[in-house]
Amino acid sequence: MNFDLSDEQVLLREAARDAFSRVRTVEAARDALEGGELPDLWPTATTAGWTGLLISEEHGGAGLSAIDAMLVAAEAGRVLASVPLLGHLPATAIVNAGGLDEETLRKLAAGELRAAYVPARPGDDVDSAWTVDPRGGRRRAAAPTVVRGEDGLATVSGSVAWVPDAVGADVLVVVGVEDGSGTPVAVAFGPGADGVSVEAATGIYDATRPLGHVTLDGACGRVLAADEEQLRRAWFLAHTLIAAESLGAVEECLERSVAYAKERYTFGRAIGSYQAVKHALTEVLRRQENTRSLLYYAGWAYVDKPDEFAAAASAARACGGAALDFAAREVISVHGGIGATWEHDAPLFFRRAQLSRRLLGGTGDAVDRLAGEMLAGAAA
Amino acid sequence: MDLNDTPEQAAYRAEVRAWLEQNASHAPATRGRGDEEGAVEAHRAWQRKLAEGGYVGVTWPAEHGGQGKGPLHQVVINQEIARAGVPGILDAIGVGMLGPTLIAHGSDEQKQRYLAPMLHADEVWCQLFSEPAAGSDLAGIQSRAKKQDDGSWRLSGQKVWTTNAHFASYGLLLARTDPDAHKHKGLTMFVVPMDAEGVTIRPLRQISGEPEFNEVFFDDVRLDPGSEVGPVNGGWGTALTTLMFERLTIGAGSEGMGYRADRFARAIASDPAAAKDPEVRARFGELATELLALRFTGYRLLTAISRGQIPGPEAGMGKITAVNGAIAAGDLIADVLGPEALDPKSEWSYLISFLPGLKSAGGTEEILRNTVGERVLGLPPEPRLDKGIPFSELRAKERQEVAS
Repeated sequence: MNFDLSDEQVLLREAARDAFSRVRTVEAARDALEGGELPDLWPTATTAGWTGLLISEEHGGAGLSAIDAMLVAAEAGRVLASVPLLGHLPATAIVNAGGLDEETLRKLAAGELRAAYVPARPGDDVDSAWTVDPRGGRRRAAAPTVVRGEDGLATVSGSVAWVPDAVGADVLVVVGVEDGSGTPVAVAFGPGADGVSVEAATGIYDATRPLGHVTLDGACGRVLAADEEQLRRAWFLAHTLIAAESLGAVEECLERSVAYAKERYTFGRAIGSYQAVKHALTEVLRRQENTRSLLYYAGWAYVDKPDEFAAAASAARACGGAALDFAAREVISVHGGIGATWEHDAPLFFRRAQLSRRLLGGTGDAVDRLAGEMLAGAAA
Repeated sequence: MDLNDTPEQAAYRAEVRAWLEQNASHAPATRGRGDEEGAVEAHRAWQRKLAEGGYVGVTWPAEHGGQGKGPLHQVVINQEIARAGVPGILDAIGVGMLGPTLIAHGSDEQKQRYLAPMLHADEVWCQLFSEPAAGSDLAGIQSRAKKQDDGSWRLSGQKVWTTNAHFASYGLLLARTDPDAHKHKGLTMFVVPMDAEGVTIRPLRQISGEPEFNEVFFDDVRLDPGSEVGPVNGGWGTALTTLMFERLTIGAGSEGMGYRADRFARAIASDPAAAKDPEVRARFGELATELLALRFTGYRLLTAISRGQIPGPEAGMGKITAVNGAIAAGDLIADVLGPEALDPKSEWSYLISFLPGLKSAGGTEEILRNTVGERVLGLPPEPRLDKGIPFSELRAKERQEVAS
């Protein structure tokens, strides 16, 4: 039994923390809300080798696993760094299964090309259809339809809203369903492919999170080799990355909350001595550690227990989302009124919490998925 | 990350499994209700059998009858016992917490006399720490032991929440021996024979109607010279050792508390309509998240234990997650199954009735959060009335506060 990070993983995490510490990402997150330019962290990701994290060594990548990707995501989340790995990493996990030429794979691994995952939600025990996020409302939209053609090509039509990191990506990896059979299939599109449009979303509550609305109108792309199971895994892998970002942000919120609770005095005592404050902060800690345990579970299941990966990733997403919402509200409360002002950093974490919880189906969907996985498993 | 056994652990697991397969026929079915005495005797015989096999107190040193193995071996035994569907040992409190305290602080004579019969369940032990007026604030106990001229002690007072007291042979008891010292400084730990004159044991029935605990009264009970465990007036340090082993026991058993999401999933999935109901799914998904987190936090804890680390107070957070997750599960199951779930014959009725009390057992949620807030997060403690004054004056001060 060894349910902890390896020495290499600890080093990877330390290196990521170090790399992000050189950029004033939190300040940039505030400036970006007023139209400021975000620092370009893609070169940081390329230099560190994160771009090839999930691509096999034989294709020029590092051949690492989901847990390693989560560790990097957690460090990015801690400082609200805007680095387009949420789009790139699940996309590379899909293309790594085959279908693209060696040169493109190598460039994706090296970060010379940036990919974005255009996600589709796998069907569940209630409805087997694959769906995508709609612009708004509770009703999920049908996944884009794919019609296979000659020479491994296919035409794709449909639209997917609120896609992370799609704007400016060199390669879009779109998950759609085959016309008729409903079988999921991934199709890759190069830069400027005909019939593909990516509209940058406006009014984004967390400016560090670039989102786009992708529309495909009879667009012709290359069919990838990834099978249904691999496309399921990509969806849940993206969940674990969002959960990991949340964990990092929770840790930062807790650290700041505790530091302030020790130095702010009321009625002659540090406010951290009051049970009301102390207990709320231990609740942040409890949720933080629960999220960490579930991320480890997901990382372990990804490799050793693939049948449980969907449940594990959903649990991590649900736990991490709720943890960050709680932690972000708490860091504001502990700081009092000043915590809710524009010049304070706390609202930036709050914004991250609110938007992240609504992406890729939202945390409510992750809760439902976990329940569905476990209840269907128990009935079987 | 690897949840698999090392080759050495796998070999040990195979050995334990084979032994259990061979001996499971000797195990009592489950803990009986009704025929309480017969159930205890059957359970006692089962512990004796396990001890003869070398599977009780495996972490104890060999010189005291143990196997000198690590805590992960204990975990393997717990897992295999759960897998075989047989009960664990009768005296988990003695073997897990009180025996190790005797090993750490007891005299050679005490170790010689008490450890072997404890291991074989010939003599079961109980833990006499909490009192009606001292639970979270354990150092506030008032049971009083006075030293006599012949070196013996006279003990008076009351203990409560005492599991197994009604069939225990001995208790490990914390008493005040110097009321004029500061509250943590005037305590001493004792071995108390439960059949001594002046000891009265009364069962305490819980919400379910079952007597889970006892209250124990001591009326001028004579304790032999040499009954003290560890230094006189150094009992707080001795008690901390017991509490440390309690955390270790909880840590090693965290997987086996029985509050598993898959167990609750089976109850809900038995109603196919419930399994598709969005409200049921939302509630179940939330509590399953908590209970899965508990399970995998347990593996992190075991990893730390296997590296020789002692779990810190943060391990107490697992109890909060477990109890609240199980409360949510019981509530949901009752909503799904209806009044039938509350029938006294239902396992869910028992679970629902048991949990409100468990919330306070082994530390209330509030005191656990205080401890974690102060010792893990480093937050300052609340102001206290009891600092730097003798215990005897503290009581007067408290009464004064109430009166004003």
